[in-house]
Amino acid sequence: MSEFTLWDIVYNLALAARWTVLLSLTAFVLGGGVGLLLLMARTAGNPWAMRLVRGYVELFQGTPLLMQLFIVFFGLPLIGIDVSPWVAAMLGLTLFTSAFLTEIWRGCVESIGFGQWEASASLGMNFRQQMRYIILPQALRIAVPPTVGFSVQVVKGTAVASIIGFVELTKAGTMITNATYAPFTVYGCVAVFYFLICYPLSLYARHLEGKLRHVAR
Amino acid sequence: MAYKFDFGAIVPHWELLLNGVVLTTELTVVGSVIGVSLGVLGAWARASRAPVISQIVGVYVELIRNTPFLVQLFFIFFGLPALGVKLTEFQAAVLAMVINLGAYSTEIIRAGILAIPQGQIEAAQSLAMNRVQIFRYVVILPALKKIWPALSSQIVIVMLGSSVCSQIAAEELTFAANYIQAMNFRAFEVYFIVTGVYLVMSILLRWMLKVFGNFLFERRNHV
Amino acid sequence: MSLVELHAIYKSFGELEVLKGIDLRIEEGQVIALIGRSGSGKSTLLRAINGLETINDGTIMVAGKKVGDRDTDLLTLRLNVGMVFQQFNLFPHYTALENVMLSPQVVKKLSKAEAKEVAEEMLIKVGLSDKMLHYPDQLSGGQQQRVAIARALAMKPRVLLCDEVTSALDPELVNEVLAVVRQLAEEGMTLVMVTHEMRFAREVCDKLVFMHQGRIHESGAPEDVFANPKTPELANFVGGLAGAA
Ligand SMILES: Nc1ncnc2c1ncn2[C@@H]1O[C@H](COP(=O)(O)OP(=O)(O)OP(=O)(O)O)[C@@H](O)[C@H]1O
Ligand SMILES: [Mg+2]
Repeated sequence: MSEFTLWDIVYNLALAARWTVLLSLTAFVLGGGVGLLLLMARTAGNPWAMRLVRGYVELFQGTPLLMQLFIVFFGLPLIGIDVSPWVAAMLGLTLFTSAFLTEIWRGCVESIGFGQWEASASLGMNFRQQMRYIILPQALRIAVPPTVGFSVQVVKGTAVASIIGFVELTKAGTMITNATYAPFTVYGCVAVFYFLICYPLSLYARHLEGKLRHVAR
Repeated sequence: MAYKFDFGAIVPHWELLLNGVVLTTELTVVGSVIGVSLGVLGAWARASRAPVISQIVGVYVELIRNTPFLVQLFFIFFGLPALGVKLTEFQAAVLAMVINLGAYSTEIIRAGILAIPQGQIEAAQSLAMNRVQIFRYVVILPALKKIWPALSSQIVIVMLGSSVCSQIAAEELTFAANYIQAMNFRAFEVYFIVTGVYLVMSILLRWMLKVFGNFLFERRNHV
Repeated sequence: MSLVELHAIYKSFGELEVLKGIDLRIEEGQVIALIGRSGSGKSTLLRAINGLETINDGTIMVAGKKVGDRDTDLLTLRLNVGMVFQQFNLFPHYTALENVMLSPQVVKKLSKAEAKEVAEEMLIKVGLSDKMLHYPDQLSGGQQQRVAIARALAMKPRVLLCDEVTSALDPELVNEVLAVVRQLAEEGMTLVMVTHEMRFAREVCDKLVFMHQGRIHESGAPEDVFANPKTPELANFVGGLAGAA
């Protein structure tokens, strides 16, 4: 057994935490992009597109993230695409994120009254112009707090990627535990790292929410 | 050469899957009942007159909501034995789910309580009810009714989240899937089907929670 | 000995002093109307009498005993003093009957049968024998308010406080509630009510208390007070009402 000091544990976890952050950021940004496309598809008025997106959301919200990662990880090689745990995790989390974000944003768009659509239509705007100039700017304002709030779920979701072998914070914790036989300390530190990443995001989301409510009054 | 899918390869193992479904269900039921009860207590404590208690519960809620369930599970299963607390896989899984859901439902139920009009509480006070009586007869049921959809969603999330309990070898559905694919080397097919099973379970759970909510908040004569 | 005695009651909300030394005696069987402009502190006073507002200074005595700040004191106070609110505040998840039964059952520990008997009696008294199994949202405002009165009465309080019990009602529903209050007064119930129904106050009450800027500005028998107000503020107030009517 090698001699691990607390400092070694923290240092190694910090190194691994970079991957947690990177995976979170990637999934959040890409997932946001996909989510936006899905949102467009869903609100544009084509009933089939609507149903499809609804099914997509239902699927990702109704199954475990772990299964989603497994299917990507084991499924893609079957159609000839070899994926590393990193790619599988990124892809799986992106899809997962997009489903949740599109659902959150749909709620925001729908909370913009029908009158806004009608008024902008009466000014001769087409769907894209309505979205671009009228709906999105308003929806964006109310969408920011829950979106920031959801980023916490993404960060926590990346822990599941450890199970398909992607070495991030949790996986590093397991590896260090196996070397040190100090699970209490190591997982305690792992939890602290996650908390340090997530808590500011939670606070920020709550702050934004409070500000929004203040403005609404 | 194209891969040939063989979903039939899972059929011989149906009993394992069924066991997994049963265990996941058990975990979910036990975890939810205790977890939501803990949430009711937590919400009560958050509204408590003693700021210390309220703050302690607040810290618990934030700690849990800002760390992954998987890490909580590992901490409980691998970490607690260092303190002399030895738990079986099932116990550890349930405990993790209870602690996790307890924190989320504390926040959710608290929001429901805050939404009860102050006049309701004052009316109860003027009728000489004490704090416990007011909570029990006047506050909690309407509060739960208000937040039942949110609470239901959280319970479904916890059920789906229990799939990572396979990592401590709790023999729930995902564990069964891992076990089967290790035997028949049909990982994709197994996970695909198990994903479907989870989907059905979450739809059923959602439906049952709705029915249960209707029952709970139904208008009936208590007299 | 008065039923309720208030001595030098002071109450502030932050900087705002709302009650500035209120002295008031409520005698057994008395019917008191509390009048005054919006913001003069009528509701605050009533709520203080019921222990819904903690006062900053002064004493409240009920049946000769001082109300301290222990929970049992508050219980004694509220067992003696009932309250009806402007907004009814019925419990939405209980029927009319259950609303009335609840407190006798859980606070007074009556058996279900006893509580039901009391509740039915009270609901019949307020004219709602046919609405007992209705939920609040299935009742009109006037009916809800009558349930609220029955609910307070079921605790058998010695004083009933009524804060603008008809103000939230449509005009055509006001009379059914006033009729119930009038009946209570005639039966000898001790009542303190905040009201803007001056005619009703004059007919039913035996004491009128005019509040102005957190003080009791003037009080006396309704006929006297209305006929010769001693202060310009009351004259103004009464005149303003007459002008508006
Ligand atoms: N909870 C509170 N916090 C702060 N200020 C309050 C509170 N309750 C009442 N006030 C203030 O105290 C003053 C007296 O209020 P109160 O409700 O007693 O008046 P009122 O005589 O009942 O008036 P109305 O006829 O409009 O009901 C008002 O200026 C009011 O704004
Ligand atoms: Mg008032």
